[in-house]
Amino acid sequence: MLIKKAADILSSEITPKSLYMNRRAFLAGTAIAGAAAVAGVGVREVASPSEVVQANAKIDGIKKSSFSTTEKITPYKDVTSYNNYYEFSTDKEGPAELAKDFKTRPWTVTIDGLVKKKQVLDVDAILKMAAPEERIYRHRCVEGWSIVVPWVGFSLSELIKRAEPLPKAKFVEFTTLNDPKQMPGLRVPVLEWPYVEGLRMDEAMHPLALLCFGMYGEVLPNQDGAPLRIVLPWKYGFKSAKAIVRIRFTEDQPINTWNKAAPSEYGFYSNVNPNVDHPRWSQAKERRLGEFLKRPTLMFNGYDQVASLYSGMDLKKYF
Amino acid sequence: MKLRWFKVVVFPACLVPLGYLGWKAYSGNLGANPIEAITHSTGDWTLVFLLATLAITPLRKLTGQHWLIRFRRMLGLFAFFYGLLHFLTYIWLDKFFDLHEMLADVAKRRFITAGLTGFVLLIPLAITSTSGWIRRLGGRRWNLLHRLIYFSAMAGVIHYLWLVKADLRKPLEYAFVLALLLGYRLVVWLAPKVGRSVSIPSGRVEVSEG
Repeated sequence: MLIKKAADILSSEITPKSLYMNRRAFLAGTAIAGAAAVAGVGVREVASPSEVVQANAKIDGIKKSSFSTTEKITPYKDVTSYNNYYEFSTDKEGPAELAKDFKTRPWTVTIDGLVKKKQVLDVDAILKMAAPEERIYRHRCVEGWSIVVPWVGFSLSELIKRAEPLPKAKFVEFTTLNDPKQMPGLRVPVLEWPYVEGLRMDEAMHPLALLCFGMYGEVLPNQDGAPLRIVLPWKYGFKSAKAIVRIRFTEDQPINTWNKAAPSEYGFYSNVNPNVDHPRWSQAKERRLGEFLKRPTLMFNGYDQVASLYSGMDLKKYF
Repeated sequence: MKLRWFKVVVFPACLVPLGYLGWKAYSGNLGANPIEAITHSTGDWTLVFLLATLAITPLRKLTGQHWLIRFRRMLGLFAFFYGLLHFLTYIWLDKFFDLHEMLADVAKRRFITAGLTGFVLLIPLAITSTSGWIRRLGGRRWNLLHRLIYFSAMAGVIHYLWLVKADLRKPLEYAFVLALLLGYRLVVWLAPKVGRSVSIPSGRVEVSEG
């Protein structure tokens, strides 16, 4: 069978980002450099109007990042209509519609726990902490599918540094908004709410860990975690908490929601690892949305630069 | 007669789910993950047809509408048909005929094992669904063999329960309906043994019970 190595991606496979932006933005001429290559690729995506455009306010002054992959970006429409966001719905098609009227302003984030500067920050103040960067990351879901998304944000470390964690702080815990009025999925106890995720401090400080508030050059759509989320490209998608309202620094390892729900299936670390199967399915391969054949899953989702964080650890035990 | 015309309507109706799926595939409306959508749809319809098949006998007995039995074979074969499509989706679109991977799945993934069991159990039922086979086996043995559908449906529901991540609501709906349908049979079977003259419709020994 055909096994395509991730490393040898043809440049012809790389479609300009502009083609994947929604049609309105594209037609409005916000398409950036690269639009010259409009050579018929992805015409279907451009021609089919996106039904879920709502957060299409453009973000200015986005810098490029050397962390970006050159792989083909997943169409905007797919990334905004196929969402695992149980606070809205356990159906992947549900969040796009159900999050339409979600209020992302005013929005505050509580910084507390073992930090010098305990504070309640307005989200807009957080967005100004550093210049926005575009990070085109691979994103691998624990379910076995993957996407490539041009996120917008800056390293999570920018915020953490400003909070000045105490030496005792060993972990960071992220909490998602728990508002059943706005998020109908919270009325169903499929998971223990609110959604909690966590990182070891060195993981959180790693430059790849992204504090994210946009994608495809625009403000983050609600169904993708607006107004503020994290993106951890070397971990399974569920680690990348959405709609964050609290960042707490702790001495003890936080208990993340999925780990609590099924400890034998979802670990604290949940690094992408083709050699450690989910107890119920293999993690060796993944289906990149838009591709017919599955492709092999890469260790740490191809982000080898994080390997040193886990040197000496038995990743079968600390899955 | 009227029933034959009714069959002419029901048969294409049973193909509507497939037609709808085909139309969505053709028009590019299967969503971001079309193969997953096909897998889920064919799996869902397999369970729906299994439950519909199992609903015939209780419905018939409780309502006295005995003509319903004429549709049981068709519904059962459609369960097999959608199960086959579901199975083919797995071996072709999900595993790309990688035998090694599939064997590993069957051995290691209990939800796959359950699903495969459910499907395999349907094969002899589909084969022996003809009148010729009923004659050859004789009503009693044929009936006994076709009780395999109980286990097939149970395996199918367990397959679904074991594969979902956290939201058990949908598989539990199937499990609830299946429990009712099998529970009915259990009551019918137990009632005379308990020795009560519960007013359960007679006909326990007739060929068509199931």
